[in-house]
Amino acid sequence: MAKLDAKIPQGPLAEKWTNYKAHQNLVNPSNKRRLDIIVVGTGLAGASAAASFGEMGFNVKVFGIHDSPRRAHSIAAQGGINAAKNYPNDGDSIYRLFYDTIKGGDYRAREANVYRLAEVSNNIIDQCVAQGVPFAREYGGLLDNRSFGGAQVSRTFYARGQTGQQLLLGAYSALSKEIKKGSVKMFMRREMLELVVIEGRARGIIVRNLITGEIERHSAHAVVIATGGYSNVFFLSTNAMASNGSAAWKVYKKGAFFGNPSFTQIHPTCIPVHGDYQSKLTLMSESLRNDGRIWVPKHKDDAEKIQKGQLKPTEIPEDRRDYYLERRYPAFGNLVPRDVASRAAKERCDAGYGVGSTGLAVYLDFEDAIKRLGKHVIEARYGNLFQMYEKIVDENPYETPMMIYPAVHYTMGGIWVDYELQTTIPGLFAAGEANFSDHGANRLGASALMQGLSDGYFVLPYTIQNYLADQIRVPRFDTNLPEFEQAEKEAKERIEKLLSINGTDTVDTFHRRLGLIMWDHVGMGRNKEGLEEAIQMIQELRAEFWKNVRVPGKNEMVNPELEKALRLADYMELGELMARDALLREESCGGHFREEHQTEEGEALRDDENFTYVSAWEFTGDDKEPKLNKEPLVFEFIEVKQRNYK
Amino acid sequence: MDLTLKIWRQATASEKGKFVEYQVHNISADASFLEMLDVLNEELVRKGEDPVAFDHDCREGICGACSLYINGRPHGPDKGITTCQMHMRRFKDGETIVIEPWRAKPFPVIKDLMVDRTAFDEIIQAGGYVSINTGGVPDANAIPIPKRDADTAMDAAACIGCGACVAACKNASAMLFVAAKVSQLAVLPQGKIEARERVQNMVAKMDELGFGNCTNTYACEAECPKEISVSHIARMNREYLSAKLLSQKK
Repeated sequence: MAKLDAKIPQGPLAEKWTNYKAHQNLVNPSNKRRLDIIVVGTGLAGASAAASFGEMGFNVKVFGIHDSPRRAHSIAAQGGINAAKNYPNDGDSIYRLFYDTIKGGDYRAREANVYRLAEVSNNIIDQCVAQGVPFAREYGGLLDNRSFGGAQVSRTFYARGQTGQQLLLGAYSALSKEIKKGSVKMFMRREMLELVVIEGRARGIIVRNLITGEIERHSAHAVVIATGGYSNVFFLSTNAMASNGSAAWKVYKKGAFFGNPSFTQIHPTCIPVHGDYQSKLTLMSESLRNDGRIWVPKHKDDAEKIQKGQLKPTEIPEDRRDYYLERRYPAFGNLVPRDVASRAAKERCDAGYGVGSTGLAVYLDFEDAIKRLGKHVIEARYGNLFQMYEKIVDENPYETPMMIYPAVHYTMGGIWVDYELQTTIPGLFAAGEANFSDHGANRLGASALMQGLSDGYFVLPYTIQNYLADQIRVPRFDTNLPEFEQAEKEAKERIEKLLSINGTDTVDTFHRRLGLIMWDHVGMGRNKEGLEEAIQMIQELRAEFWKNVRVPGKNEMVNPELEKALRLADYMELGELMARDALLREESCGGHFREEHQTEEGEALRDDENFTYVSAWEFTGDDKEPKLNKEPLVFEFIEVKQRNYK
Repeated sequence: MDLTLKIWRQATASEKGKFVEYQVHNISADASFLEMLDVLNEELVRKGEDPVAFDHDCREGICGACSLYINGRPHGPDKGITTCQMHMRRFKDGETIVIEPWRAKPFPVIKDLMVDRTAFDEIIQAGGYVSINTGGVPDANAIPIPKRDADTAMDAAACIGCGACVAACKNASAMLFVAAKVSQLAVLPQGKIEARERVQNMVAKMDELGFGNCTNTYACEAECPKEISVSHIARMNREYLSAKLLSQKK
């Protein structure tokens, strides 16, 4: 347990980060030149960290699986980024953003980290504007804000429906500037396969060149993992096809603890599943809930007629509609947090009131907003989202309500890190969605972009120095050291094994099966029996995978099937850990809903006495049970209450 | 629906490529174009054949990875969308679909339908940024920006860097891509400070990398999945000319 020191600075909440910065160790400019940092991932967290390290004078190597850093999945975030600027003068403050985030996370996040996040949120907006990020503006020339779930203020900055894209392009431009300068070297189309640990410290990585198949060794004084989340363990999620949990899983198996693996966010507004050929799900931004009203038919016979295609939603009069979020949560209405909105949709559909041919959908209706504001206003606000919807579903959302259903979107769990974002392996840091910090058991909308950029621009550039300050006499590492050789050998053996199985089923066949197990048993509703069953099913599926998967071709070529197989092999293990974590947490909190633990009204029921902790799982060996470590969460500055959005 | 696909197959950059014909059956009209290719690839893997390599990732039209030349048009027959956003209901049962990679000298083929677009990264590295470091910047509202300018910047910044403009252009010109970045930063006060150097450096890099000249056919605008306007090219030309005229360091 001694290993799990969160290293929270002393002092009052609002002064912790200031105190930390005042007393931390720094590296002087001439020493920075002698220190190397590896950054894995080029999304918001990775690109912003790599660019900032380069500006400071460190030697940086940045790695990504895409052809260009600009394609990282941060690009797909639509709605916006939160900050406590209080430009609209509606009562926002750093404390309120902190409070909303802790409450939104159902009191399962660390106070000090979240306060720091709220504190630097304002710097992020300043930074991005200075980079030329074209945020939406009002006619007076100042920045515009909108509302997101879980908040009663408007604090979300946005760039049409492409905020993630614009922020990523900002970070990518900063990265490009440093590449030109020579402080950052870029290695794209590389996938990390192993972490190299020397004398207990992270000192390098093994990567596969995705074009040639060559296995490369890279050394550094510190390694940052910024590889995003693992929602694709469910096969169908809103994540991009290549998003994967392998880097996080590899460092877990080298000794980094994994925090809260079962905390998954199911996003309420996605386009419903429509066929078994489907490769991914598409998110409709939460910002739509600013103006859209969510409903299902009030009467079951109407719902049944809709499911059979005998009735259209526009034919159902107002008094036969059930705006169930407005009914259940009058204070927040359609803007309740994501976990609450998702569960409410599932509840209605499970009770037989769902719409669409499958009955697994609810309506998101803009009729009132169009009447109130005019079509042109709605078009200006959400035009690209409406177009995207129409392309996929072949229905015009200006004329008929959108159909939506919850889908896996984000993983709050991830690599356990302390206040400095350092993992339990010294010299190994984790940033952005890849780490577990800040969002507790449920992330609020527009907070993922905030966290990625906070970690990369404003936290790691400080905390990594505190680590590197005592590394200035450590010479560069030779990649011929036995530790590199061993790590490379492990990676190569795994590849050879996958290529030699030559079974009958494709990688995707296995992935779909894993996804179904996860969705049915480790998804929106979880219970003891289902989770125990899931663990066994995953173990059986994993054994079958290693006997019967077919990975064509060879290593020395562009081989997407091999890439997918390597990622899936890790998901097959990670999925089991998620189920174990969910099984052990005998309470409901945020996105983790244990059916055994709910109030009479069907709300999540926490057990603060027994579960106010972060579960930090420790790898103990293949086919051995992982060990649970607990980081108790201490709330000094906030009163822990039942979340109430009514 | 059943379809005949004629797909460009090329094992590596240095080997010769050719069209290979495939049949796919029972494709749902609601499937996306890339999901149709997934179905083909799963079949190929089951038969022990090499699946077709193509770039893709977000599958919702924003990452810019997908890059298929379908029936002679970048991103296929529909306006204003990427390949991944196209659905099979757009095609007729029994139709033959020809699928090629982007064809442009600065985008060499890596394998099958995958091309190397690192030339775009190099152009951005030549000046597609504001030279500021992290920290020490003014408050975000310190400089008001007219909404009109912010909107114009956003129109340009919507570029996803897919390369359809280059693939569509008979000269393989990258003018629309370069103009989008130049224009975005030229209309914002933050970008104005380096505007002169930026436009000259980016255009020089574009020329050096072998992209062709613009002859105003507007094929780029017509095929751009984000419908970026050629008016940004006009702005870039103005920026470039005035930079050349005013530049002291020639």
